[in-house]
Amino acid sequence: MTIFQPTVRRRARGALAVLVALVVAAIVVPMLAPTDPRAIGNVLALRFIPPFTSDPSGHWHLLGTDAFGRDLFTRMMLAARISLLVGFAGSLFAGMAGIAVGAVAAWAGGIVDRVAMAVSDALLAIPRLVLLLVAAALWPPGAVMVVLILMFTGWMGVARLVRAEVLGVRTHAYVEAAHALGARQRRVLWRHVLPNALGPAIVAITLGVGSAILLESGLSFLGLGIQPPNPSWGNMIADGREAIVMAPWAALAPGLALIATVTCCTLLGDALSDAGA
Amino acid sequence: MRLLLRRLLDALVLLWLVVTLTFLLLRAAPGDPAALLVPPTATAADAARARARLGLDRPLWVQYARWAGGLLKGDLGESFAQHRPVAELLERALPVSLGLGLSSLALTFLFGIAIGTAQAARRGTTTDTALTIFTTSVYAAPSYWLALALVACFTYGAARWGFPQAMRLPAFGVRDPASTATGFAATADVLRHAILPVITLTAIGAAGIARYTRTIAADLLRADFVRTARAKGLPPRSVYVRHVVTNALPSLIVLFALALPGVLAGSVFVEVVFAWPGMGRLMVDSIFARDYPVVMGAATIYAALVILANLAGDLVLPLVDPRRRA
Repeated sequence: MTIFQPTVRRRARGALAVLVALVVAAIVVPMLAPTDPRAIGNVLALRFIPPFTSDPSGHWHLLGTDAFGRDLFTRMMLAARISLLVGFAGSLFAGMAGIAVGAVAAWAGGIVDRVAMAVSDALLAIPRLVLLLVAAALWPPGAVMVVLILMFTGWMGVARLVRAEVLGVRTHAYVEAAHALGARQRRVLWRHVLPNALGPAIVAITLGVGSAILLESGLSFLGLGIQPPNPSWGNMIADGREAIVMAPWAALAPGLALIATVTCCTLLGDALSDAGA
Repeated sequence: MRLLLRRLLDALVLLWLVVTLTFLLLRAAPGDPAALLVPPTATAADAARARARLGLDRPLWVQYARWAGGLLKGDLGESFAQHRPVAELLERALPVSLGLGLSSLALTFLFGIAIGTAQAARRGTTTDTALTIFTTSVYAAPSYWLALALVACFTYGAARWGFPQAMRLPAFGVRDPASTATGFAATADVLRHAILPVITLTAIGAAGIARYTRTIAADLLRADFVRTARAKGLPPRSVYVRHVVTNALPSLIVLFALALPGVLAGSVFVEVVFAWPGMGRLMVDSIFARDYPVVMGAATIYAALVILANLAGDLVLPLVDPRRRA
């Protein structure tokens, strides 16, 4: 339909390739590491070894080492596991909650719809970052909590999309036909309406993965997300912050991985929304 | 007029809902603010006294009624940790964030629209693809990372690599603590301190606006009325200004209204990295200290800004878009 499609599709294929490579590296690299990427060894001899050099014990470091002498690349790949998993799960669960709320609100109508939409409007009126900070700071931090918080603060957009779609789809003749044939309410919603109302929600969930990864890293940067010694790109940047003069790579390298990942997620989401348009 | 009143009423109901939800969210959280206020050597009785003094021992609905009653009178309560009126703390922090936010918002739209329309006019070319990948990457950058990268370059790097004096920029605070300058020199000092934070916020914001503008402008360039305008021999520049930009304006105004509060909230990380005493830092510090009144006050202001900005957007739209005039 649009004239950009070939380039967009090519770009999306490139983005997918990068993401797959990242997932493979995230699984394989920490497994092959000669030392435990969480353990702290001889700090004074090993700390802040520059990228592309060997330490005194002969280990070569692609991206150098951090303040505790741990290999930065291995830790970055270990962090990739957490960031990708949390980002993906956070966006998926938020999307699923949004689909449930949106579908039920549109289907039930009346007071249920009014209350659901009022709560969603109220939550949308607080900037997501503020909501996220309040929720994250008050409950004990950790990966599971971050996913729950991303779900709690991210369902509203999808709920509105799905509600609008369901309201549109339910007027189609095939829905009326299903009712006329005696299908139960739940079956009509589940089998006939929802499958035809999910397109925009799937695009929103895909685009949401990138922002979920960014939000997770932000929380971890502030110390409210993934807790050390488990690495996340956000807490690695926070660790590197103090050494930004002496060893800028410790803060800058995890950020580059984050940018590459989020860019790929966005390009994929763009391609998907183009295909749907 | 009736429509305006209705909208205002809706906005007030929404604000009340937001405030109530925030209140419930804060009180539903585990953790006792009084425990953080008393010294570590305090006994359980001391903590209980502190709770009683703050009114935290009362039933939830009494606490809520007190807070809401105060809010109606314009009283946001007193900070648990700093023993000062919340309004006073917010009054000091808000201008810092607003200054930072508004100046970067203006630059964001200026650069974003310029880049986006330039891309749309050259769509499909290598320049367009390169700019798309560039803006998508910058948009993907976390603000605190970009801030640190700028500090590494223009504060520490500048000294190491011998940059000219004008390009060596301060990384912390609003003004030089050692400076006794007044008047023009003091303003210049604040402006110098603002350069890196504003660049950080502008770069990320402008990348987002550019992506959005490019999509709108590209769609408009394919519209039938643009083809007609071209066919009747209008010069390309006139087509662009008269038909593309004017039609893109309503969407951009909606976006501006949506971006306004986002910029204020988005400065949280920038304020933390650059040590600016704005709303974001106040909010983060108060959350860590379980300083409920300050968190509530800040959240109320953020929500009021979002709702006001949306309302303003709704009211301005009919002025620029005749199709929206009822």
